[in-house]
Amino acid sequence: MNLIAIQSIYRFEMARFFRTLTQSVISPVISTALYFVVFGAAIGSRMENVEGVPYGAFIVPGLIMLTVMTQATTNASFGIYFPKFIGTIYELLSAPVNFLEITIGYVGAAATKALIIGMIILATSFLFVDITIAHPLAMLAFLFLTALSFALLGFIIGIWAGNFEQLQLIPLLVITPLVFLGGSFYSTSMLPPVWQTITLFNPVHYLISGFRWSFFGTADVPVGISLIAIAVFTGACMTAIWWIFRTGWRIRQ
Amino acid sequence: MSSIVSVRDLRKAYAGGFQALKGVSLEIEEGEILALLGPNGAGKTTLISTVCGITVPTSGTVSVGGFDTQTDFRKARDLIGLVPQEINLEPFETVMNTVRFTRGLFGKPRNDAYIEQILRDLSLFDKKDNKIMTLSGGMKRRVLIAKALAHEPRVLFLDEPTAGVDVELRKDMWDVVAKLKDSGVTIILTTHYIEEAEAIADRVGVIAKGEILLVQDKADLMAQMGQKQLKIEVAAPVTEIPAALSNYGLEADGTTLTYTYDTNGERTGITTLLNDLQNAGIQMVDIQTQQSSLEDIFVGLVKEDA
Repeated sequence: MNLIAIQSIYRFEMARFFRTLTQSVISPVISTALYFVVFGAAIGSRMENVEGVPYGAFIVPGLIMLTVMTQATTNASFGIYFPKFIGTIYELLSAPVNFLEITIGYVGAAATKALIIGMIILATSFLFVDITIAHPLAMLAFLFLTALSFALLGFIIGIWAGNFEQLQLIPLLVITPLVFLGGSFYSTSMLPPVWQTITLFNPVHYLISGFRWSFFGTADVPVGISLIAIAVFTGACMTAIWWIFRTGWRIRQ
Repeated sequence: MSSIVSVRDLRKAYAGGFQALKGVSLEIEEGEILALLGPNGAGKTTLISTVCGITVPTSGTVSVGGFDTQTDFRKARDLIGLVPQEINLEPFETVMNTVRFTRGLFGKPRNDAYIEQILRDLSLFDKKDNKIMTLSGGMKRRVLIAKALAHEPRVLFLDEPTAGVDVELRKDMWDVVAKLKDSGVTIILTTHYIEEAEAIADRVGVIAKGEILLVQDKADLMAQMGQKQLKIEVAAPVTEIPAALSNYGLEADGTTLTYTYDTNGERTGITTLLNDLQNAGIQMVDIQTQQSSLEDIFVGLVKEDA
C-alpha cells in the first residue's frame, strides 16, 4: 500500500478546498440559512409539528443530508474530473499507485469536505432552532456513511463525465430531485398512499429516514433497513469503481 | 553497459482499429541518451505512454530495471520519470506544492531540500511559491521536468521537450539534459527536430507508422552524414572520364561531374581534383557542394516505408 501517495492526493485535494474557502464553506452555509429563514421561520411557524417535532427542527437532518450528498458528489466528481480535463491525470496513471489508493485519496478528501460542511450546517442550525440529538454516535455514523457513499458516486460521475455539462447533469437531474422527494422536508406519512409506495423506491429516502432517526428517535422506515440500504449503495459504487479501474474505462486506453 | 529498458514486440491497437505500434522492440542502455525521431503520428507518444503505464499494450512486454511494467508495475514505475508533451499542470497550485505532490504520489517521503535543489538546477527556485498559472510557457515546461525528477527516477522520458520552445530555452533544455546524463540518469527523448537529436543524443532511433526503422549510434549516422558531394558543371558534355582522373571515382552525367568525399577525412582531395581537371583541359562552368543530412536519411527512411 502506497500510504504516502494516498496522503499526497488527500492533502492536495484538501488544499483546493481551503484555497476556495469562500466557495466551499460560505455558500452552503448561506443557502442553508436561507432554507431556515424560509421553511423554518416563515412557513414553519404556521405549520403543526411533524411526528411530534417542530417543523423548523424537523427539516434540520434533511437539510444537512441535502448538502452533504450534493457536496460529497460534486467535490468527488470535480476532484477526479479536473485532472482529466487539464491533463494532469497522466501523473496518476504513471505513478506506482493502484486504483484503491487513488480512490481512497480522492473519495476520502471529498467525504471529509462534505463532513466538514455538514457539521458547519449543524452548528448553524443551532442558531435558528432548538434541537437535541437523540443518538449522536449514530448521527455521526450516518453522516459519515452518506458522505462516503455519495463521494464514491461522485467519483464515478467524474470519471464518466466527458465535459462540464455532464459533470453537473447527475447531481442536478438525479440527486437533487431524489433528495427533495425522499422526505428531506416532510415525513412520507404526510403523502397519499400511492406516493408513499413510490418513495420506497427512492434510495435517498432510507438515508434521510435513518439520519432523522438519529436526531429524533423516530423514522419512516426501520433503522436496520436504512443501514442495509446505505451498505448496498456503497457496495454498488465500490464495485463500479473496481470495474472502471480494472477495465481502464474512460481513463486508461 | 546493460539495458535498463527493454521493449519486446510491443503492439498497440486502439479501439477504432488503428495500429499505433506494430511490434516494436527496443533495448535502451543504462546511462545513454536515446533520441526517437519520427514524424507526427509515428507512434512516439504511444510508445512512451505504454512504457510509463498510461496506455495498456495490446500485446508484448516492457521491463524497466528488470521489472515488468504490468506485473511488477510499482517497482517499474518507481524508476521512471515522465515529462509529457502537453503542458499539463494544475494552474492554481504553487510550483513547490505541485512538485511535492508528485514526489508523494511515488511514495517517497517529503524531502524539500532535494526538491529545492531540482528547482535551483532548473532555474525555477525563485518561482517556487508562484502559482503555475503565472508562469511563462518555458517555465511551465521546466516545472514538468522538476515534477518528473521529484522522485529521483533512473530513467527519464521527455516527450518532445522542446516543441514550441524558443531557441534560447531549447539550448537551456539541452544543458539540463546533459547534466542529468552526467548524474547517471538514462534519457529517452522524442523529437522531430533532427538538430536536437544531433546535439544531445548518443543513439538515434527512427520510428514511423508504428515501427522502429533504425536504431544507430549517432557517431555512425554522423559518419554517413559526413559524406559530401561536389558537383562540377562543365562546358562540354563528358562521355568518358579521362584516365588522369580515374582515381577520383567521378560520376559523369552529361555536363555534370559528381565527386563524393568525406569531410571527416584528412584530405578531401578537392584541390588536386580541380588541378587535374584543369590539366585535362576540362573547362568548369560552375561548382556546388551537397551534404546528405540526417534529415535526408530520415526522410528517405520514412518514404521507403510508405
